[in-house]
Amino acid sequence: MENKKGRFGVYGGQYVPETLMNAVCELDKAYNRYINDTDFLNELHTLYRDYASRPSMLYYAGKMTEDLGGPKIYIKREDLNHTGAHKINNVLGQLLLAKKMGKKRIIAETGAGQHGVATATVAALMGFECVVYMGLEDMKRQSLNVYRMRLLGAEVVGVSTGTQTLKDAINEAMRDWASNCENTFYCIGSVMGPYPYPEMVRNFQKIIGEETKRQLLEKENKLPDCVIACVGGGSNAMGMFYDFLKEKEVKLIGAEAAGKGIDTKFHAATISKGTDGIFHGMKSLFLQNDEGQIDEVYSISAGLDYPGIGPEHADLFKTGRAQYVDITDEEAVNAFEYISKTEGIIPAIESAHAVAAAIKQAKKMDKSQILVICLSGRGDKDVYSIARYRGVNIDEQ
Amino acid sequence: MNNRIEKCLENLRSCNKKALIPFITAGCGGYDFTKKAVSAMKEAGADIIEIGVPFSDPVAEGPVIQQVSLSALKSGTTLDGIFKMIKEIRMETDVPLIMMMYINSIFRFGTEKFFSMCEEYGIDGVIVPDLPYEEKDEIEDAAAAHGVIPISLIAPTSHERIKMIASCARGFIYCVSSTGVTGVRSSFSTDFDSFISEIRKYSDIPDMLGFGISTPSQIRDVRQYCDGVITGSAVVRLIDETDPGLSLENISALIASFRDALDN
Repeated sequence: MENKKGRFGVYGGQYVPETLMNAVCELDKAYNRYINDTDFLNELHTLYRDYASRPSMLYYAGKMTEDLGGPKIYIKREDLNHTGAHKINNVLGQLLLAKKMGKKRIIAETGAGQHGVATATVAALMGFECVVYMGLEDMKRQSLNVYRMRLLGAEVVGVSTGTQTLKDAINEAMRDWASNCENTFYCIGSVMGPYPYPEMVRNFQKIIGEETKRQLLEKENKLPDCVIACVGGGSNAMGMFYDFLKEKEVKLIGAEAAGKGIDTKFHAATISKGTDGIFHGMKSLFLQNDEGQIDEVYSISAGLDYPGIGPEHADLFKTGRAQYVDITDEEAVNAFEYISKTEGIIPAIESAHAVAAAIKQAKKMDKSQILVICLSGRGDKDVYSIARYRGVNIDEQ
Repeated sequence: MNNRIEKCLENLRSCNKKALIPFITAGCGGYDFTKKAVSAMKEAGADIIEIGVPFSDPVAEGPVIQQVSLSALKSGTTLDGIFKMIKEIRMETDVPLIMMMYINSIFRFGTEKFFSMCEEYGIDGVIVPDLPYEEKDEIEDAAAAHGVIPISLIAPTSHERIKMIASCARGFIYCVSSTGVTGVRSSFSTDFDSFISEIRKYSDIPDMLGFGISTPSQIRDVRQYCDGVITGSAVVRLIDETDPGLSLENISALIASFRDALDN
């Protein structure tokens, strides 16, 4: 899929202001020096194991399998990682790299707050100053994570521009980076942005798919027939898909946020409704108007509420290697409740989109087959907003 | 040499004058206001005018230009509308015009169609802040085919990239005064002498200094290092949509004070 440096088909590239290009090139050099360096990888994998608690479990969801009556369902438990989501995999990689590069200050954007929490956590661990940009709207939706980041010693900066969500947090982080690029490392949370970020973040996340393959071979002695992950920017999905790309018989499905429906104005279904564009450092698919003004997007999930998608996903979609389906708020909330009751696992609302897609996909598969769901994060942070969605008041008195 | 930018810069060089290049966001206060502001700035001593095409997410801009871009978009500014306005401006003046815009606006409009309209309507150059040297192929051929100059930017962080960028630059070089985004600054930390000397090793086209330049005294301080100045936020922050007449007067007075600071 990769041809020209930093490109996935026509997608990718490095569309950032000249002020940032030196920092981007410096990162490219450091990334390429360390990504195959044995000592670096040993250090990273030690952190994965001892700090993040990897490998994450591949759990056979027996009750769900029985209830749906189709394929055997396995759940990749990224929710059991330290900090409660897959985000820690990427942050450990990037911040270890930042340390090697001699950077002192880390900045990050966050939507649901999971990437912000992971960044604040690892910054505390490694002794970096840390600033996290977060839209004011998301700070309201995810106040628990805001407090967690502050507990961890990070400064959380509320972003009041635009829709006050993930896209605007990225804009503001990029502006900070342009002002402070000589001492600051920008830890991007997804497989997006200018090269080398999409490839680098995928490589720090690909352990999800590598472990899944190994664990499933141990348990079932075969590959899965289908793997499903949710897609906002697309990092847990890319991490899950990457090791399966070569095995064409493994069906790859990404679940996008359809919000209140893709025929309304309130969704974040970039693959279904997006067009080619250039934004946030990359050529990819974006929700935008004919003039290239970026749309305001919506999802109940702050982590999927982004008008673009990583360039490698855009290419996987165009080449047909992966498929993408739309999951509405309602379907995601139903799946959130379903898997909580059926398996005793409260998923992140982002991951509930993958669960909803799996429930649909299972109906098209038979008992001899295997379906793996990437459960990218845990749902503690979402309990309040799910209650609100159901009209239940759980404010403490 | 047919391009108005190159002709203008040649004239300035031959009479040993420095260039004044103000910026205004198109459509803020309405197209008619932008048109009048362009004329007023020309009359007050501007040599080249930058017209900003508003974008929803201008990551290279500070708060002032973000704000006016949003306001221009809210009042319905479009690229087609801006081209129509340019056509009317061209009936009145031959001042070189540069569009400053994000790459997505060109890409979505259609790169070939965009540059062909630039040629037809009289746009002489483009500044695309999120299109670095590495991605110049995105527009290079189409711009060249229609005689439009893509202006290269060099930043204080460009370091060893300067040679590569400067040696291919045309028209003038946009020397970014400081790291960060556009907007008014009270002081500069860049050593302009060594920054611009480094650029001049590889290029003999004019070097214009921009980002943060907002007062006559700053212009007096920096003019010795460069061939001209670019000023944006200082101009657009004078736009008061409730009082276009006063805004035009204020903009004229500001440009006249900049002209004076550059010349005397």
